[in-house]
Amino acid sequence: MLDRRSFLAATAGLAAATAGLGLPAAAKPFGSVSLFIPGAPGGGWDITGRVIDEVLKKNGLVRSSRITNVGGAGGTIGLPQFINQYDGDPNALFIAGAIMVGAIITNKTPVNLGLLKPVARLTGEYQVLVVPAASPVKTLAEFMALLKQDPKAVTWAGGAPGGTDHIFACLIAKAAGVPLSGLSYVAFTGGGGEAMASLLGNQVSAGISGYGEFAEQIKAGNLRALAISAPSRVASIEIPTLVEQGVDVTISNWRGVFGAPNLREAETAALIELATAMVQTQDWKQQLATRGWSDQFLPGAAFAAYLEQDVAATRSVLADLGLAK
Amino acid sequence: MGSLSGLLDGFANALSPMNLLWALFGTTLGTFIGVLPGLGPALTIALLLPLTFQVDPAAAFIVFGGIYFGSQFGGSTTSILINTPGESASIVIALEGNQMARRGRGGPALATAAIGSFVAGTIGVLCLSLLAPVVVRVALAFAPADYFALMVLSFVTVAAVLGNSLLRGLASLGLGLLLGLVGVDLQSGQPRFTFGSLDLLDGIDVIIVVVGLFAVGETLHLAARHRSTREEITPVEGSLWMTAQDWARSWKAWIRGAFIGFPLGAMPAGGAEIPTFLSYFVEKKLSKHPEEFGRGAIEGVAGPEAANNAAGAGVFVPLLTLGIPTSATAAVMLSAFQSYGINPGPQLLTSHADLVWTLIASLYIGNVMLLVLNLPLVGLWVQILRVPTPYLYGGILLFATVGTYGISRSVFDLVLLYAVGLAGFFMRRYAFPTSPVIIGMILGPLAEQQFRRAMTMSQGDLSVFLTRPISLTLLVLAVIALSAPPLLAYRRHRRALASA
Repeated sequence: MLDRRSFLAATAGLAAATAGLGLPAAAKPFGSVSLFIPGAPGGGWDITGRVIDEVLKKNGLVRSSRITNVGGAGGTIGLPQFINQYDGDPNALFIAGAIMVGAIITNKTPVNLGLLKPVARLTGEYQVLVVPAASPVKTLAEFMALLKQDPKAVTWAGGAPGGTDHIFACLIAKAAGVPLSGLSYVAFTGGGGEAMASLLGNQVSAGISGYGEFAEQIKAGNLRALAISAPSRVASIEIPTLVEQGVDVTISNWRGVFGAPNLREAETAALIELATAMVQTQDWKQQLATRGWSDQFLPGAAFAAYLEQDVAATRSVLADLGLAK
Repeated sequence: MGSLSGLLDGFANALSPMNLLWALFGTTLGTFIGVLPGLGPALTIALLLPLTFQVDPAAAFIVFGGIYFGSQFGGSTTSILINTPGESASIVIALEGNQMARRGRGGPALATAAIGSFVAGTIGVLCLSLLAPVVVRVALAFAPADYFALMVLSFVTVAAVLGNSLLRGLASLGLGLLLGLVGVDLQSGQPRFTFGSLDLLDGIDVIIVVVGLFAVGETLHLAARHRSTREEITPVEGSLWMTAQDWARSWKAWIRGAFIGFPLGAMPAGGAEIPTFLSYFVEKKLSKHPEEFGRGAIEGVAGPEAANNAAGAGVFVPLLTLGIPTSATAAVMLSAFQSYGINPGPQLLTSHADLVWTLIASLYIGNVMLLVLNLPLVGLWVQILRVPTPYLYGGILLFATVGTYGISRSVFDLVLLYAVGLAGFFMRRYAFPTSPVIIGMILGPLAEQQFRRAMTMSQGDLSVFLTRPISLTLLVLAVIALSAPPLLAYRRHRRALASA
């Protein structure tokens, strides 16, 4: 139920009251910040939002904060609400991520992330392609050969269709020159437990997820990692990238923060400054290390450019799949 | 370190006075959210996750374990007393439990549920301590084809709750299957029956249908009939406590329920509902008093409640041995581990053995705490039945509304709740059984997804269901379960004729 439903956190009662008061941005910066999380408590966006909240308060970057959770449909229930309720509010932050890009396209949401002000990409997780330990496949090259030889016989376990896992599988298949309609992609939900079980039980040929989800099983030797979706080697992760193995595919399950629509330039700049100050704190670095998030900080305009690319790549895959027009 | 010495160390860690207070807090809170329709343990634990910033891991897991088992128990209490299951796994308990309560046997029903929970929890925690590595290997052998066969077997249980009219029962089942189809299809990503509404993309929450059909439907039904026919509810008749016969009929059901619940709970796609369905079916078939089913058979409470609780312990098998979360609650617990900088995986038992054993011990302490809390309260709970019906059901309606709004803060869900409630009213009015709706809604999507996964993996080869030994065994069991009772009845009939 948790991942399907939205919820108003206990602290959120006053969120609506402060919204739209239009406090002058420059005069008293961030006495109070409203964090809007378009996912249910306990999920990835929620934990990101709560960690941001914790770090901001602990370091005196904001005095108080309110958290609102509105989950469901990959964040596309929360997004329109945020746009309506927080229009022009310089103290509001919206948590979003790669999953929402796909969900907006497939759900044909009338609003999109382009209406918001990109503040910063904060963290990200690279995707990993694994095979069960018992699999005869040892390298990415062998995997690609197998895929070209008989695409249907290669079964992939991953998350919901249109999500980062699925897009990654499709990008690999495209690189192999295999039509996407012929993929045997098996979608699982429920926190990745069932997908993992099918891999550990050696029931599928390959699996896809974020590195964090597989890390312990890879270390234990239960799964063999063939490639990671990072553009270049990631320190402390001993997995070769797809790019260095001659397959030009990169993707990141990023998470970041956005400001409300129709902010003045100075107001957006203040939010970017806040995010920049936050990622430099010791507490933030500590949290990244504990939670195994990789630092993918990218502020303001650079984030906007990245987002545009991500949307285009996602849309093209989804169009090939028939999930987008 | 051996399992037993590990477990004893775990108890030593968990049994501090402060931790017992945390356990009390957790079980009490859990019981409350279980009583409140809608709010579930996953959401409550998620909201309490910031607790992990403040207290040591043992205390946090003790609270979470308490909430987990407490909410299961609270859900059964409302099911029995006022026919209002707070969660989908307790609908089966409402079937017999509420019938018992209406006949003045609410006390024994609550007692068998409380003791059954305790017995099953104990068996579950013991199996978790001793058998987890074995059970998990079996669980991993289950492929989608086998899960599909398991769902087919579970569908057989519908036969036990169809009521008097086959046609009406199947119509209810069909409605449930239809409701289960709403939302984005997991395999293709295409929306089905959403009519362009964003609110329906995630599908219809089973909880809303459970609360709507039972709590709202029941309230409307009683309101409509209040003036014409007085519903006779006997608060207490005979002993408040279980009689010798109750004990004799309960204990086997507890044990059977526990051994159905634990392995299914340990399966990555097992869940807590399926074991309660299967246990109910088994109890009805094995009972010496099958005619009492539907009118308050105590085995029908004892078995499913035990199955529910043992499944709750089973969920920890994949979580603690492999780091795989298989339910929403387990997923939230996993993020609690991560808050302490621990990444649960196959090494959890070796690298953080103390924490694992503390968690297991705290589950056990939660179980004992629940028994201690709830048995003396049975007398108090039963007093609820003395509240005049209009006030009682007014209160239920209020809690159902608040609870549903609490899950999602969505007005759409409230409208849905009352629409389903209205449907539930008419179903009661025209004698359609409501349980098949829930069973269809839970099993339908599971069966469909597993079937299509199996088909993708076998590249469309249907024979996969017959060539896999597990799948074949389960399908054969399903055929036997369906065909044996009529065949036996036919033989008995023949013999009766011959001897006459």
